[in-house]
Amino acid sequence: MNATTLIANVMRLLNRSGFRARSLVIAVPFWWLFVFFLIPFAVVAKISFSEAIIARPPYSPLYTWTEDGVLQLKLFFSNYAYLLDDTLYVSAYWSSIKVAFFSTVIALLIAYPMAYYIARTTERRRNVLLMLIILPFWTSFLLRVYAWIGILKTNGIINNILMSVGITSEPIIMMQTNFAVYVGIVYTYLPFMILPLFTNLVKLDPSLLEASADLGARPMTTFFKITLPLSVPGIIAGSMLVFIPVIGEFVIPALLGGPDTLMIGKVLWNEFFSNRDWPVASAVAVVMLVLLVIPIMLLRNAQNASAGAAS
Amino acid sequence: MKKNSWFITIATILGFAFLYIPIISLIIFSFNESKLVTVWSGFSTKWYGKLLSDPQILGAAWISLKIAFVSASLAMVLGTLAAFVLVRFRKFHGKNLLSGMITAPLVMPDVIIGLSLLLLFISMESIFGWPAGRGLTTIIIAHTTFSMAYVAIVVQSRMIDMDGGLEEAALDLGAKPVRVFFDITLPMISPALVSGWLLSFTLSLDDLVIASFVSGPGASTLPMVIFSKVRLGVSPDINALATIIIVIVAIGVVIASMQMKPRKTS
Repeated sequence: MNATTLIANVMRLLNRSGFRARSLVIAVPFWWLFVFFLIPFAVVAKISFSEAIIARPPYSPLYTWTEDGVLQLKLFFSNYAYLLDDTLYVSAYWSSIKVAFFSTVIALLIAYPMAYYIARTTERRRNVLLMLIILPFWTSFLLRVYAWIGILKTNGIINNILMSVGITSEPIIMMQTNFAVYVGIVYTYLPFMILPLFTNLVKLDPSLLEASADLGARPMTTFFKITLPLSVPGIIAGSMLVFIPVIGEFVIPALLGGPDTLMIGKVLWNEFFSNRDWPVASAVAVVMLVLLVIPIMLLRNAQNASAGAAS
Repeated sequence: MKKNSWFITIATILGFAFLYIPIISLIIFSFNESKLVTVWSGFSTKWYGKLLSDPQILGAAWISLKIAFVSASLAMVLGTLAAFVLVRFRKFHGKNLLSGMITAPLVMPDVIIGLSLLLLFISMESIFGWPAGRGLTTIIIAHTTFSMAYVAIVVQSRMIDMDGGLEEAALDLGAKPVRVFFDITLPMISPALVSGWLLSFTLSLDDLVIASFVSGPGASTLPMVIFSKVRLGVSPDINALATIIIVIVAIGVVIASMQMKPRKTS
């Protein structure tokens, strides 16, 4: 008996006992995500309203039964007040948004010509180039960030080249600066920008461009009047795929940034692992999620728009 | 037009140089004799020897491979079910919620996923007594959860592209839905299953942040060990490790693309 008939037989038995296969097929992935993806957010939200105490686990219970059997609910808004009060958190959120915004813009400027070129080239070359875009994505992200340490550090590759050519006599300090963080972020997230742009640009109808050229438009005019407006869904999708994860990025600022590189992912990490303040770490996460709601909605709309255009 | 494409060609070449110079420098300096990663002092393979005799790295690599194998397999099953349900089933209760839950992990920052899952595991332990402590099991659950989203995306786009007529014909001829799924749908989406599995496997091998949150004592994954080493400074045996990974991936990608080709032309 092969596997298919075995499974068919099992399903027949289940069917006979009044069981519906359809609901099982829905239930398994649904409940997995419900329990391990959705409920965790509720737990984080709950703990963000509790008080840090020295115990295991290190936070106070939200509700307790008093001695006369009354349910007592204690919500501590102090964690959120603390986030607003301490300038560290506000400036960390602000600088995360700034870093995410500028690295998204830089990535877009680098990615657009690349995606455009790949979309226009011969099919043979296109497949090779797409493979080259995806290949770094399959190798370790951590190790690719690590590679930049060797390139950017004081006695690193760039400084060695600059000094041996004689452009500078003193090494330029690039490591542990925001410059290094930008380089690392743009570098690792570039493929996420190129791929949605490419999928969008490759669908662009060439006859539109021909018509525009025939009617006497200059290439620049055609680009700004036709190509660019039509690629807006790709631009939004790619930008959000960079912007959203960069907001919470931890590894890149931790490895390439310095002590004054302030990003909220790093703050959350330190709050949790160094200060062991779980309620404040949870509040940091909740505020981060709230900030991400609008970008995530934008991404969903852009993806739905491109899915609608494809079908 | 000519001037424009000239500009775009240069920009593309520079873009690819930006993507590949760090990787090439990693490989070159893994064969450097000196401990200084960035000053060339002669060819040597001693860092490979040092790497392969480092019990901490080897142990962590083994743990990571086990986690990646199990979570990729689970994610492949769960992600395929989710994709199938979303593409083939008509409206059902919670369809929107499911499609939201399957795309959100793709963009959710790692620190949020890691923190929220850890707090869930701790709450579950205090209520149900499971999972007892944290370690391989909790990392596997966490990796399965975000990997199944990637599998679902890959399988979903394959299912939308493929011809639904064969499935309908089989159903019309009286085949049971389960049979249709295993005999027709599954073979047709199998390339997507393979790439989904491979993607999950590499994502799991790569994850540092989520694993750091949900791991426990005695379950240090390879990225966790690399991270703690890298924080102390650059060391050539990490370059050697990177080179090994890059070579394995490159071979895998080349083999995969060679297997795809004959099918395309025939």
